[in-house]
Amino acid sequence: MSSHAHAGGSTVHAPMAEPSGFIRKYIFSVDHKVIGIQYFLLALTAVVIGIVLSLLMRFHLVWPNATLPFVSGGQMSQEQYLALVTMHGTIMVFFVLTTAPQGGFGNYFLPIQIGAPDMAFPRLNMLSFWVTFLAFVSIIAAFVVPGGAPISGWTGYTPLSGLGEITGPGEGWGQTLWIVSISLFCLASLLGALNFIATTIDLRAPGMSLMRMPLTVWGWFVTAILGLLAFGILLAGGILLLLDRSAGTSFFIPAGLVVNDQIQAHSGGSPLLWQHLFWFFGHPEVYIAILPGMGVASHVLSTFARKPVYGYRAMAYAICAIGFLGFMVWGHHMFVSGMSPYSGFAFSVLTMSIGVPSAIKTFNWLGTLWGGKIQFKSPMLFALGFVSLFVSGGLSGLFLAQPAVDNMLHATYYVVAHFHLVMGVAAIFGIFAATYFWFPKMFGRMMNEPLAKIHFWFTFVGAYCIFMPMHFIGIAGGIRRYADASAVGFLAHLQPVHQFMTIAAFITGAAQLLFLCNFFYSLKFGPRASKNPWNATTLEWITDSPPPIDNFGGHYPSVYRGPYEFSVPGVVDDFIPQSLEPSQVARVK
Amino acid sequence: MPSTIATEDIELIHSGKGPGGGNFSGDTGNGGDSGDSSGASSVPQRAYVTGMFIGLAGILMFFMAFVSAYIVRKGMPASGWIPLQVPRLLWLNTLVLIASSFTLARAHSCFTAKDEDGFRHWWATTTILGTLFVAGQILAWRQLAAEGIFLASNPSSSFFYVFTGAHGLHLLGGILALLYVQFRATRKVARGTAIEVVSMYWHFMDGLWVFLFLLLYLGR
Repeated sequence: MSSHAHAGGSTVHAPMAEPSGFIRKYIFSVDHKVIGIQYFLLALTAVVIGIVLSLLMRFHLVWPNATLPFVSGGQMSQEQYLALVTMHGTIMVFFVLTTAPQGGFGNYFLPIQIGAPDMAFPRLNMLSFWVTFLAFVSIIAAFVVPGGAPISGWTGYTPLSGLGEITGPGEGWGQTLWIVSISLFCLASLLGALNFIATTIDLRAPGMSLMRMPLTVWGWFVTAILGLLAFGILLAGGILLLLDRSAGTSFFIPAGLVVNDQIQAHSGGSPLLWQHLFWFFGHPEVYIAILPGMGVASHVLSTFARKPVYGYRAMAYAICAIGFLGFMVWGHHMFVSGMSPYSGFAFSVLTMSIGVPSAIKTFNWLGTLWGGKIQFKSPMLFALGFVSLFVSGGLSGLFLAQPAVDNMLHATYYVVAHFHLVMGVAAIFGIFAATYFWFPKMFGRMMNEPLAKIHFWFTFVGAYCIFMPMHFIGIAGGIRRYADASAVGFLAHLQPVHQFMTIAAFITGAAQLLFLCNFFYSLKFGPRASKNPWNATTLEWITDSPPPIDNFGGHYPSVYRGPYEFSVPGVVDDFIPQSLEPSQVARVK
Repeated sequence: MPSTIATEDIELIHSGKGPGGGNFSGDTGNGGDSGDSSGASSVPQRAYVTGMFIGLAGILMFFMAFVSAYIVRKGMPASGWIPLQVPRLLWLNTLVLIASSFTLARAHSCFTAKDEDGFRHWWATTTILGTLFVAGQILAWRQLAAEGIFLASNPSSSFFYVFTGAHGLHLLGGILALLYVQFRATRKVARGTAIEVVSMYWHFMDGLWVFLFLLLYLGR
C-alpha cells in the first residue's frame, strides 16, 4: 500500500500483503477483523462460564441442600452463592455485554461499514484486546486463589469490598483480583473507545456523511463516546479502592466500623462516594451494552423488512439523546441510599425522560416493519426478539424510576427481572442477531437456518419463562441475593415459582448448545456464502466473504446514498448498495 | 494509565509506518474539518490530532473523578480532614512546568519556521524542564515523608499523593514522548504530527497541574 491515485470518486490502492506467520496473523494481529473475532471468541468463552454460574445459582435456589461434587464440604455455603452472584454479574456485564457487541462486532464491522481499510490506530487496537484478555485472566484467577471469588457483587460496594479478608471469604485475594481486572478492563476500553471515535470521525469514505452512516455505526460511535467518558471514572474509583485495601487510606471506609467484632482502623470515608463513582460509570455502562444492539436491530429490521429504516434521522438523534441522558441518571441506582428527596425527584424525572427517545426508537422499529415484505430469517427473528424484550424490560423501568416504588422493590427480584430483560437478554438477542446476520461475512459460510430458528424459539420463550415470573416474586417480596429463600417464612410459598424458573433456565441453557453446535459446525461445513447473501445495502456486502486484509482489495468505495435504500420505486432491484453510482442503478423502463 | 499514554504516543509517532498509515499522504495535521466526509487521502495525520483530543477528554474525566472524590471526601461530616501545608517547593515546580510550556511553544514556532537548530534546542529545554518538574515533585514527596506525612496519614495527604502521583506518571509519559520526538521521529510528515500531538498533550498536562495545584492550595 504505497501509492494511491484518485480515479473518479473511488480510490485505488495496490492490495495490501497479509502478514505471514501464524502469530502475526492470528495472535498478535493488528487487523481489526482478526481482533474483532478475538473479542468475539473471548466473549463466547465468557458467556459459557457466565451461563454455567447462573445455572448453579438457579439450582441452589431450588435445591439448597443438594450435595455437589465440586463444592468443598459438599453443600454450597451462602458465601459461595454470593461469589456466584458476583462472578456471574461481573463476567456477563464486562466480558460479554461490553465485549461482544462493541469489541467484537464493532471492531470487525465499523471500519468496513464506513469504507476504511482498518481502525485509525491498529496497534492500539491490538493492545486494547490483549489488555482485555489480561483482565479476563485476572477475573478467572479469582476462582482459584485462596479464599476464592469475591462476594461483594458486580458493583463492588464498599465497605464490604474495601476491608480485605475480614469481611468474608473471597474478599482478600479474590476481591483484589476483581479490582485489578476491572481496572485493566477500563484501561482497555478507554483505548478502544479512543480508536472507535477517531476512526469514525476521520476515516469515513468519500460521500459517507454522518447522516449516511448505518445505524450500527451510530450505535458503536455513541457507545464509544460513553465508554470514553465513563471508564475513566471507574478506573479512578478502582485505584482509590485498591489504596483503601492495601495502603490504609480511608476514601470509602467510614470511622468506627466494626466488622467481626473488630474496630477497623479507618476514618471518615464515604461508602456512598464509591456508589456515586461506580454508578456514574455504571449507568452509561448499561447503554454501552444496549446501544450497539439497538443499532443492529435497526439494521437487521430494515434489511429483512425490505424497507428503509423509518425516521432514520430521529433514530440517530435518539441514540445520541439516550447516550446524553444516560450520564444524568446514575442516582436512580441509589434511591435507597438515603439521598435527598429533591435529588431523588430530579433523578427520577430525568430517568423517565429516557422513555422519550426509547419510545421514538420503538415506534420507528414498528414503523420500519409496517407494510414491509418481511422475511423471517434467523437474524430477523432475533432482532424482533430484541425489540420485544427491550419493551418488556423497559416498561418495568418506569416503575423503578420512581423513588417511592423503588424503595419497596429495590432489594427484590423485580429489579433483577428488569435489568435482565432490558439489558441482559435484550443485548444478548442483539448479539445473536448480529452473529446470524454477519456470520456469512465473517467466516464465508452460512449458518444452518432451521437450527437457528429452533434456537431462537427456545431462547425467546425460555427467556420470558425465566424472567417474567421473577417480577411477581419481586412484588411478593422475594429478596434478591438471598442464598436460600426456602428457609424464610414469608418467602417459602414462592418456591414452586423458583422451581419453574430453574427448569426454564436449564432448558434455555441447553438450547444454547444448539447455537454452539451450529456455530462451530458451520465454520467448517456450512455452505459457502456469496458476497451479499441477504441482498443488503451497506459497504460490508460489496466485498468478499470474508473480506481481504485491507477490506476492499485495494479498491476503496465511495458512497452515494443513505444506508437503507430498500424497495425504491422505479428501481429494478429491491435494494441499492451505498456505493453504487447513480448512473449504474438499473431503473424500470 | 500512564504507561499506556506513552504507548499511545509511540503509536502516534509511528504514523508513517502503521498499517493503513503509510498509504496516506498527509498535511501536518491541521486539525481539519472533521465534520464533513472528505476523502481518505489526508486521514491518518489528522486522526492523530483527533485521537489526542479524544485521549485528553478521557484523561480529563479520569482526573475529574479524583477531583470530585476530593470535594466529597473533604465535605464529609467527621472527615478527620487536616489541611495539608503544601510544600513550598511546589511553587517552584509549578513555575518550572509553566516555563516548559513556553519553551515548547518556542520549539513549535521554530519548527514551523524550519529552524531545526532552534527547534532541537527549545525542545530539549522543554524535556529538561519537564524532568526537573518530576524530580521536584519527588523531592516534595520526600520533604513530606520527612515530616512524617505519608499516603495514609490523613485524607488530605492521601489525595495529595494521588493527585501528584497520577499527574507525575502522566507527565513521565509526556517526557518519553518528548525524547522520542527528539531522537527517533525523523520522517518529515510524521514528525510534524508528532510535534503537534505531543505539544497538545504537554500543554494539557501543564494546565491540569495548575488546576490541581490551585485545588490543593486553595481548596485545602
